[in-house]
Amino acid sequence: MPSLLFYLLALITLGFGFMVVTGRNPVTCALCLAASFTGLAALFIGLDAYFIGIIQILVYAGAVMVLFLFIIMLLDIKAEEGKKLNLAPIISGVLVAVLLVVQIAAVVSSTGIADKTSENTPLALSEASGKIGRAALPTITNDLKEGTLPDAKLIGFTLFDQYGFHLQVIGLLLLVGTIGVVVLSKREKGGAA
Amino acid sequence: MITLGHYLVVSGMLFALGLAGVIARRNIIIVYMCLEMMLSAANLALVGFSRFHLVNGLPDYTAQSLVFFTITVAAAEVAVGLAIIVALFRTKQSVDVESVTKLQG
Repeated sequence: MPSLLFYLLALITLGFGFMVVTGRNPVTCALCLAASFTGLAALFIGLDAYFIGIIQILVYAGAVMVLFLFIIMLLDIKAEEGKKLNLAPIISGVLVAVLLVVQIAAVVSSTGIADKTSENTPLALSEASGKIGRAALPTITNDLKEGTLPDAKLIGFTLFDQYGFHLQVIGLLLLVGTIGVVVLSKREKGGAA
Repeated sequence: MITLGHYLVVSGMLFALGLAGVIARRNIIIVYMCLEMMLSAANLALVGFSRFHLVNGLPDYTAQSLVFFTITVAAAEVAVGLAIIVALFRTKQSVDVESVTKLQG
C-alpha cells in the first residue's frame, strides 16, 4: 500500500475514533464510530485481507452500528449538555492512554520483526500453489497460478478444515446470545422490571 | 515505506483511544462504543501479523480465522450488552455510569 494512502486511512481511523471519545452527542459518536470502522476496513484491505475487510464493514459498520443507533434513538438519549466535566477520570484516562502508546511504540521500535514491509515479505502466489498441501483444491490453485489471492476461499478452507468444531461453538454462542437478549428484553408481568 | 511497526502503532493508538474513552466517559453507550474500538484495534494487530508472517508464500490464515471469531463474538457481545443497557435504563431511567451504584460498598 502506498505510504500516503496508509497515513490517510490511519488518520481517518484515529481521527473519527478521537471524535467518538470526545463527542457530546451519542448519535454523532455512533456515526463517527462507523466512519472509523470503515477506515479500519480499508486498512485491512490494504493488508491483503479482503474477506476480513468486507466483514468488518458488513458486521461492524453495518449491523453493530445500526443496533447502536437503534438503541440510542429508542432510549431517546439527549446530548449531555451543561454537565460539569469531572477532571479526575479524564486526566487519568489520557494519562493511561499516553503511557500505553509510549510503551507500545518502545516495544515496536526495539524488535526486528516490526521492520517487515510488503516489499521484503512479498506474497509468492504462483509458488504457493504447489505447496499448500490439503488446500490444493482446483479452484484455489487455479487462482494462485493466475496470480490472484483467493482470500475468501483460503479463509473458508482454514475455518472448515482446521476449526470446524470452533465454528460450531461460535454458532452455539450466537444462539445463546440471541436467547439471552430475548430473555433480558422480556418485560415480566407484575415483576419489578 | 510502511512497515509492520506502523500498523502496530496505529493499532496501539486506536486501543489507547478506546481505553481513554472507557475510563473518561460517563455515558454507558459511549463506553460500549469505545470497547468495540478496542476490540477492532486488536483485530488490526492480528491482521498485520497475519500479512507479514508468510506461510508457503501466503498470509497466515490462522490469524485471520481468529479475527473472524473475534468479530463474531463481538457481534454477540454487542447484542447482549445493549439488551442489558436497555434493561438498566428501564429501572434507572438513565444511561449515566454513576447512576448504577447498587454494588458500591
